[in-house]
Amino acid sequence: MRQLLRTPTGVIGLALVAATVILAIVGPPIWGEAAETIDAGAALQGASAEHLLGTDNLGRDILARVLAATRFSLLLAVLATVIGVGLGLLLGVLPSVLPRRAARLVTGAVNALVAFPALLLAMFTAVVSGLGARGAVLGIGMAIAPGFARLTQTLAASVAGADYVAAARLLGVPRWKIATRHVLPNIAEPVILNVTAVLGTGLVAMAGMSFLGLGVQPPEYDWGRLLNEGFGRIYLDPVVALGPAAAIILAGLGFNMVGEALAKSAARTSASAGPVSAAEVAPDDSAPDADAVLEVKDLTVTFPGGVTPVRGISLTLAPGEIVGLVGESGSGKSLSAFAIGGLVPYPGTVTSGRLRLNGTELTELGQAKRRKLLGTSMAMVFQDPMASLNPALTVGGQLAEVATVHQGAKRSAAWARAVDRLKHVRIPDPEKRARQHPHEFSGGMRQRAVIAIGLMGSPKLIIADEPTTALDVTVQRQILKLLREVSADTGAAALFISHDIAVVSELCHRVVVMYAGRIVEELPVSELAGGAAHPYTKALVASLPDLDTDKGEPLAAIPGTQPAPAEAGTGCAFAARCALADQRCGERPPLKEFGKAHTVACWHAGTVEIEVATR
Amino acid sequence: MFALRRLIRFAVSMVVLITASFAMIHLIPGDPIRAALGMNAPLELVNQRRAELGLDDPIPMQLLAYVQQILGGDFGTSFMTREPVGQIIADRLPHTLALAGAATIFTLIVAVPLGMWAGIRTENGRNRGTELGFTSGTGALTVVPEFLYSIALIVVFSIALGWLPPAGRDGLDSYILPVLALSIGAIAMVARLARVETLRELGADYVRLARAKRLPVLRIYLRHVLPNTLTSTLTVGGLLLTGLIAGSVLVEFVFAWPGLGGRMVESITQKDYPVAQAIIFVYGAIVLVVNLIVDLLLSKLDPKSTIKET
Repeated sequence: MRQLLRTPTGVIGLALVAATVILAIVGPPIWGEAAETIDAGAALQGASAEHLLGTDNLGRDILARVLAATRFSLLLAVLATVIGVGLGLLLGVLPSVLPRRAARLVTGAVNALVAFPALLLAMFTAVVSGLGARGAVLGIGMAIAPGFARLTQTLAASVAGADYVAAARLLGVPRWKIATRHVLPNIAEPVILNVTAVLGTGLVAMAGMSFLGLGVQPPEYDWGRLLNEGFGRIYLDPVVALGPAAAIILAGLGFNMVGEALAKSAARTSASAGPVSAAEVAPDDSAPDADAVLEVKDLTVTFPGGVTPVRGISLTLAPGEIVGLVGESGSGKSLSAFAIGGLVPYPGTVTSGRLRLNGTELTELGQAKRRKLLGTSMAMVFQDPMASLNPALTVGGQLAEVATVHQGAKRSAAWARAVDRLKHVRIPDPEKRARQHPHEFSGGMRQRAVIAIGLMGSPKLIIADEPTTALDVTVQRQILKLLREVSADTGAAALFISHDIAVVSELCHRVVVMYAGRIVEELPVSELAGGAAHPYTKALVASLPDLDTDKGEPLAAIPGTQPAPAEAGTGCAFAARCALADQRCGERPPLKEFGKAHTVACWHAGTVEIEVATR
Repeated sequence: MFALRRLIRFAVSMVVLITASFAMIHLIPGDPIRAALGMNAPLELVNQRRAELGLDDPIPMQLLAYVQQILGGDFGTSFMTREPVGQIIADRLPHTLALAGAATIFTLIVAVPLGMWAGIRTENGRNRGTELGFTSGTGALTVVPEFLYSIALIVVFSIALGWLPPAGRDGLDSYILPVLALSIGAIAMVARLARVETLRELGADYVRLARAKRLPVLRIYLRHVLPNTLTSTLTVGGLLLTGLIAGSVLVEFVFAWPGLGGRMVESITQKDYPVAQAIIFVYGAIVLVVNLIVDLLLSKLDPKSTIKET
């Protein structure tokens, strides 16, 4: 209830529902008499001070009739809802109780009925059970039932998969008992949530039936009936239709809004957006590296609420160099790659002291220029080739558009280039394959096609975010080989992101290790096996089985988990998992030189105890 | 293979529908003929009408005769006006289909771009204001029933402004108000679905790759996202058409539209059972046929979706 009052929808809806219920209680005693008082002299009047909404053909005050009709209108809606929900629950739970064949029959019937417009079902029932409120209520109940049955089935099916239901079944608990004891109580909450909205729908539908003359018959009256009586007069006195129409809308709206607010508060996640505090970046005076393909300094990615998954990383890539960026999931490696590629999703913000591609500072370029530069000289490959290509477009078209958009190529020329690129990544029969859709490609071929997209321009930098993780081992090798060849052929540098240190050590020249958003070590791949200085890197390497690993021993693992970006304190983020952690580690170690082309951020790097502790 | 299975399902549904519409008259408690003609009707007339409907034959014979009649397009004769019911349907069905069809097309044309726009604007929780306004606005619009839109439109555009005809079917401008009345709620509903669908597609990996290709945003939305929402749009479109055919009953009643719906309401209130029975059957058959066509089209357009379903 308190949650309901937190959203404007909930507040307004609750107010409307409360007003409807109060009117339903006090309406008939207060206005009932005025609503029935016949005054032949005042028949068919328009709005006046005495009769705010006019009078009907017997001179009865329409406003009083609308107010007094609240009880009957609401009652009919409640009855229809009870019938519909009861029937729906029954039909929905039956399949989990009945033998399989009968269950399928019920499910099939419900599915067929759901596809039927509710109004037709209501009409059918109304014909059979005769004109009048009873027929209409039954009809609307019947119309509500299939949808509710479907909802119950879906909910029940989700509960039926739960362990405690499986356990009860194993224990031989009868099916009907499972349904009443285990299934129904556990779907009660969403079912009740939906009843509120159904009530609103039922109220409006009931009004519709009465308006058509198929529901409440005179001398009884509900809102729909009042609207029916007023409808013939709207040319002369539109105001006579106003009262019942407003009542129907407001009450229907009220129940729907409450239903929606309830559903929303049930589904709410605790994500609250705080203010974005962009990281301050110190101005950088050092001269940019003229030869570097990519030069990144102090790259930081911030999300609202002060969450900083990437914290001031710096990275330089020389032409033709393949650099591996490794770390556990959540270390910020993929986000770093997105930040370099300018693809960090809203509401993340990226700041950098320097972000230069091939000597051009990207942040200083205008949008159009940057788009063209990145579109032609940066290639990106993502993890899941199954999802990376657009299922609705041909593979060739997805390649060719790069040329038409960025290089202004003609369609035929772009297509020829696309076919040539597919051939270059060794896709057999490229002319035919180019005309196919992605679902006709295997996973490995799709990843080749994605790489080919990157080769449409003249890439200087290839960013590959776990490009082989989703592939079979044999296909992985082919893709790695292709990446290496592409880099060698074109002289493009590659940033290869992976959590798989074995793949990285095979493919890359240099390895950059990230932990909790920061770079903790950077070293040539040749030193990885024997020369790693950071305990985390050492642990990563040690967790890798090789031919000498004792099969009797469990695989080495790093105890504990990486701290979330918001939880990493001021000290070394790895300290909590590190056997060597001491007082000094309460202060964050800076990244400092540790030999040739080797940097590390650890107070204990190179000391004797680290060699002992991690042996 | 899917088509064959789907056709069998259609045939089964058709049999059920025929049985249900046949059973309708028999399910009416008491004597439907007496109820229809009134207590004072002469006995010969009641007996004559009863014989007309074949109610004196054994039930299986009646069912057989009913099926034969329907296959021959013969739906009997109206109790009240003595018109052949087949003729009533032939006269009125085209107007109902025209109204529902126009409303469906109008709804899709307005709602899909609207929902897409809202989806793009609110991607990743951007523009909370737009999101709140869109969801509560469309939420409210879906609650208001068609007949109230009809009355409101008549009051504003026919009575107050005098721009458009309030009733009847006479020329193109007589379509405007009924189509609007039928579409407003549907637009709100479809736009909500289109927004959710667009948000889902925007989160897909292929959109990220398209962004990595640095395509212009308009190209990403129109060429990459839009085609992928078409499958669901078509599914919704089919449901929409059947829903609007049912919704048109109320709109036809308000606008005195010469379609099936108005006549159905009339026949139910007058207990003109042969007419009511036939029109409800026709509505049901339309729903089944539309659903069949949509499913078959979907299986052609998107082979994967049907594999998932079956």
